Amino acid sequence: MPRRSETAAPDKGMVMLKIEGLTAEVEGKQILKGIDLEVPAGEIHAIMGPNGSGKSTLSYVLSGREGYEITGGAVTFNGVDLLAMEPEERAAAGLFLAFQYPVELPGVGNALFLRTALNAVRKARGEPELDAMQFLKVARERLKALHISEDMLKRGVNVGFSGGEKKRNEVLQMALLAPKLAILDETDSGLDIDALKIVSEGVNALRAPGFSALVITHYQRLLDYIVPDKVHVLMGGRIVQTGGPELAKQLEESGYASVQAAA
Amino acid sequence: MTAHPTGAAGFLHRFEGLRRRLPGARLPYVEALRAQAAEAFRSQGFPTRRVEAWKYTDLRPVADAGFDEALSAVDSTPDLPTAYGAARAVFVDGRFRTDLSTLDGLACRVEGLAAALPGLDGRLGQLARVEAQPMVALNTMLFEDGLVVTVPAGVAAGVLDLVSLGTASERPEAFHPRHLIRLEPGASLTIVETATGPDEARYLHNPVYEIEVSEGATLTHARIQQEAARAFQLSTVYARVAAGGTYDNFTLNAGGRLVRNEIHTVLAGPKAACHMNGAQLLRDGQHADTTTVLDHAAPDCASRQTYKTVLSGKSRGVFQGKIHVHQVAQRTDGYQMNQALLLSPEAEIDSKPQLEIYADDVKCSHGATVGEIDAEQLFYLRARGIPEERARAMLVEAFLREAIEGVQDETARAALDAAVTGWWSRQEAAA
Ligand SMILES: Nc1ncnc2c1ncn2[C@@H]1O[C@H](COP(=O)(O)OP(=O)(O)OP(=O)(O)O)[C@@H](O)[C@H]1O
Ligand SMILES: [Mg+2]
Repeated sequence: MPRRSETAAPDKGMVMLKIEGLTAEVEGKQILKGIDLEVPAGEIHAIMGPNGSGKSTLSYVLSGREGYEITGGAVTFNGVDLLAMEPEERAAAGLFLAFQYPVELPGVGNALFLRTALNAVRKARGEPELDAMQFLKVARERLKALHISEDMLKRGVNVGFSGGEKKRNEVLQMALLAPKLAILDETDSGLDIDALKIVSEGVNALRAPGFSALVITHYQRLLDYIVPDKVHVLMGGRIVQTGGPELAKQLEESGYASVQAAA
Repeated sequence: MTAHPTGAAGFLHRFEGLRRRLPGARLPYVEALRAQAAEAFRSQGFPTRRVEAWKYTDLRPVADAGFDEALSAVDSTPDLPTAYGAARAVFVDGRFRTDLSTLDGLACRVEGLAAALPGLDGRLGQLARVEAQPMVALNTMLFEDGLVVTVPAGVAAGVLDLVSLGTASERPEAFHPRHLIRLEPGASLTIVETATGPDEARYLHNPVYEIEVSEGATLTHARIQQEAARAFQLSTVYARVAAGGTYDNFTLNAGGRLVRNEIHTVLAGPKAACHMNGAQLLRDGQHADTTTVLDHAAPDCASRQTYKTVLSGKSRGVFQGKIHVHQVAQRTDGYQMNQALLLSPEAEIDSKPQLEIYADDVKCSHGATVGEIDAEQLFYLRARGIPEERARAMLVEAFLREAIEGVQDETARAALDAAVTGWWSRQEAAA
């Protein structure tokens, strides 16, 4: 199996992300208890599920955070063994995680951070790096599209940002890095209605045959803007139900108790 | 060649041999200062760790090395580091080299100490305390040269580079430059100092500074210590700040094997201010000590101290910070912060803040933290595609940035920024 994916865009319909029987522990406690999930290229899938069911854990395991012991199963990303890669290799291969709780980096300027990240990913893709001026031009376009003030570039990464600003900064990073697979972990939480629309437009703008997303959310409302191809319910460390967009509506009305009964 | 006596005896021996030939030997006041210093050094010797002020720094490696006085050829032309100001004073092995210096374009008087000695009676030795600091006694006993800067009242003198180069020689050399800096009322000056030497050089650089900042004057003093890897630097700064004056010191300790940066500042007039900031960037085998003694001796003065130490490998860092608020010093505003970032489990930091407050209307805070690189922050950067080493470097630089941002003068800040940026990659390359 090749270690790194080549940059050719996968065809629509091919499997972008394939998770088979994934089990993982945190500090000796099993959190993921056998996840099976396939996301074809070009599709957007939503994951819903009660607090503590393992949604963030799944997103961290996929992006390579330390502290999780993978006890079983396999994950491939465009046919490549994802779990064998370092976090930065996963990002370079086109995986992006919008954090549920974006991390503050005091003393690291947002502009420097964004440019370093973009250039690292560009370099890995064999594209030329951008100098400060070229970067600023690209960044300004993205800022404008996301209605983010340019001031945000001058500040420390996420330092003193409001909850909503942090989430927008995540989406800005996604827009700049142009991933193949975006995992959005409750990016809608804490956003006002206007911001929710703007962020959704940001995701929808990336929609393409070679782009997929896993959208983790507690609210059906987001899925009115980002209409998913499929909705999965994650409970107790397993995907217990999968359906179309109507499943989210059903959950909104009757909660997870009905799923439990069905599962 | 005869065996070299080491320790204090070695230095006293050389003083006896050299005393008739040292600069100022025929000037009674210089002769008296040197004799008094020799006496102080004889009675104290090299400080041991039993002396409270030297509890964490063991000078035995310095004491045990047999040093020669610097005998470098005065016509050597070593490579000079980056220039920051239009003017620069260059010292090679502690000797002022007019041939390598560029001093026009600076609106103040700059002289070599050896040549200026006849006019320095009453000024030389005014702030230094040989009876309390043995290394200052050693300096006073054996200084051969130094820089004498006088900025006239109201003059904004610009930026002066002070370059100190140690050279490689068969036996380790010791040099003890004595620098006198005086800003008259309302004057301003920025000094950017670089002390360095070639990799193979072994030497002791033991400078003493006597700094007078008069009413309303501002001195920015950025010190970039990048001595040769096997060299020692033990420096002592005395600064006295008059009413409304500001002394802004930033000391970067990045080079050398065993280094001490000791600063004694007296805020002597109302509304005087000082910033004593610094960073220590230490790799395997290095020991660096920053010791500050700050006297708030007048009302309404403000002081800010932020020191950051980054330690990798088996390195050791020390911070001792004493703030003494005198009874008259009402409405003192003092702040001291000392933070360490440990990059290796073998590294060690000792930190000793000490507050002595005798006035009742005082705002004084201090704090100390020791931490490691934050795993969450590191993961966040890596999840954005930034390779681990680069991500670590960004977090180390971010840790240091806060201290550097406290430096008001732009030239000094840029010089420090340049010295800090890339430290990580250099040290990784060396490891
Ligand atoms: N480092 C850790 N140590 C111990 N338990 C942990 C750790 N990280 C996660 N867990 C536990 O794993 C479970 C799943 O957490 P996770 O954050 O994945 O849930 P989630 O589905 O994202 O919940 P939410 O909807 O509240 O965001 C929880 O019970 C949590 O307490
Ligand atoms: Mg979560």
